[in-house]
Amino acid sequence: MFAFILRRIIQAIFVMLVISLVGFSIQHQIGDPVRDLVGERVTPAEREVIRDQLGLNDPFYIQYFRFIKNACKGDLGLSFFYKKPALEVIVSKAPATIELVIVTAIILILVSIPSGIYAAIYPKSWFSRLVMAASTIGVAIPVFLTAIALIYLFGVELNWLPSYGRGETVNIWGWESGFFTWDGLKHLVLPSISLSSIMLPLFIRLVRAEMMEVLETEYIKFAWAKGLHRQRVWFIHAFKNTLLPVITVFGVQLGILFAFTILTETVFQWQGMGFMFLEAVERSDTSLLVAYLVVVGVIFVVVNTIVDIVYGYVNPMVRIVGTK
Amino acid sequence: MKAWNRFKNSYVLYSFKRDPIAIASFSVLSVLVVICVLAPVVAPYNTYDTATFDIMDAETPPSWMAEGSETFMLGTDIQGRDLLSTMIYGLRVSLLIGCGAVLVQAFIGILVGLFSGYFGGKLDSFLMRVTDIQFSIPYLIVAIFTSAIFKLAFGVGRYAELAVPLLIVIIGVSHWPIYARTVRASVLGEKNKEYVEAARVIGISRWQIMFRHILPNTLTSVLVISTIQVAENVMSEAALSFLGLGMPITKPSLGSLIRSGFEYIFSGSWWITFFPGILLVIFLLVILLLGDWLRDVLNPKLYKG
Repeated sequence: MFAFILRRIIQAIFVMLVISLVGFSIQHQIGDPVRDLVGERVTPAEREVIRDQLGLNDPFYIQYFRFIKNACKGDLGLSFFYKKPALEVIVSKAPATIELVIVTAIILILVSIPSGIYAAIYPKSWFSRLVMAASTIGVAIPVFLTAIALIYLFGVELNWLPSYGRGETVNIWGWESGFFTWDGLKHLVLPSISLSSIMLPLFIRLVRAEMMEVLETEYIKFAWAKGLHRQRVWFIHAFKNTLLPVITVFGVQLGILFAFTILTETVFQWQGMGFMFLEAVERSDTSLLVAYLVVVGVIFVVVNTIVDIVYGYVNPMVRIVGTK
Repeated sequence: MKAWNRFKNSYVLYSFKRDPIAIASFSVLSVLVVICVLAPVVAPYNTYDTATFDIMDAETPPSWMAEGSETFMLGTDIQGRDLLSTMIYGLRVSLLIGCGAVLVQAFIGILVGLFSGYFGGKLDSFLMRVTDIQFSIPYLIVAIFTSAIFKLAFGVGRYAELAVPLLIVIIGVSHWPIYARTVRASVLGEKNKEYVEAARVIGISRWQIMFRHILPNTLTSVLVISTIQVAENVMSEAALSFLGLGMPITKPSLGSLIRSGFEYIFSGSWWITFFPGILLVIFLLVILLLGDWLRDVLNPKLYKG
């Protein structure tokens, strides 16, 4: 087990080094810290002096080591547009994205598990067929179209729900939260429904497939033979064993959900990290872009490593084989 | 003629004829593809030619609505282009990028998978590690980052000029691991079979065994993945274009059309978003349905990703 964890961590560190190298090369090639500092109206000679002072004429590898050293201290450079440390900007935008992902995850669990189980128990009922047909079509609808359709229907035509921004937020210990105001909650409805719409088909199918597989196993037949109550067989005996694969996939998909927040946040002008990233691209704010790359890289690597290690605990086969 | 007879009696055609969903999706897909290929002939207007449209026609509603005009069946977009023609050209761009990216992905993935599976050992573990790592990062994130970086590196104008080849490369490079894994799995299954051993015994070189004997036997799974992959690539392209990182509005794909229409949805011009959106969904749906059908029929041992 120890060797397995060690191997995962070494791999994680290696991936982070690669990501930081990519990030640094971008900054090195495209970004211009001198412009970020002093703007466009400084003579070339003065620029050269500043470049020397900042160590920008040092060899590539020395600058790269400096970049990593600073990154470990949490210094990812200054954002050209915000005139603030890039990490600070990202952290200030994080709550919006995290809240969106949390609400989406709740919707996913509350919808996919009951409908998946129902579709597995009664595969021939009209409701199961409807759910399966909807999930087939759902895969083919890009998230931004769902979002636009929802905005048009509930925001423009019916005028029930707000269609952009976060609404009123409350500051709780530095965390800008939309959970505690009625307005903030209303603003969360449409973005979270659209974001969950990409994952729902996958999860419903997954829960259904796992549940159907479990219902065919010997121990469930034995449970029926013992004459146990239906609810007990379904929800205690069968459901428990469908959970493990579902949780694993959920862990991995949570990372993918972050990727899709970029799309959802753009449609709803949700002031989160994804929206900030696209603004950074449009403003050529290279340091902010690189900082975002590194932060997202850290999130992915940490989540993946934790999921792998937890899975290694639960399923010994993974750690013995090591490579799949 | 012989090949035709073999095809006529094959199981694939037999099950195709008995599956109404497959027939329907195949017909819709063929119609769409033919329209795309023949776009300059079929489309009412050439939307790449700035002389054919007029900004004064912008946002004309579809012809059946009160303010609609007979000349533009589905109305016009924000620049006064005929929406139907723009959609046809847009689908053409999307399809081109989707298929081009599949070629790039298949090329990288097949090479990595073949070498990894056939040679094994250190090379295998290294290549598979790389594949694992890229697999663990969602391809859309990779594509979004790469296109953002390219856009900064090339500058907006130049990026717009080179958008099609760049997008093919970006989407191709971001989504190949599935090929590598599947091809490697089939190579592992094939390489110990008698025919490979026989080829080795009569002294055929490694490269010939790899590319002429083993590779053709892995192509079933490659074909099945490629169908789904075209849909996913078109979806990625649409997502990138929607974010403003893909095709420019002067040569719109379906994604950039939807993006441009979205800005006008609050003023009531719903058709600029609606029709391209529907076309995109139909296109993706028929490919996905066909892919599902093909997977069930050919039933290759696919890597469950």
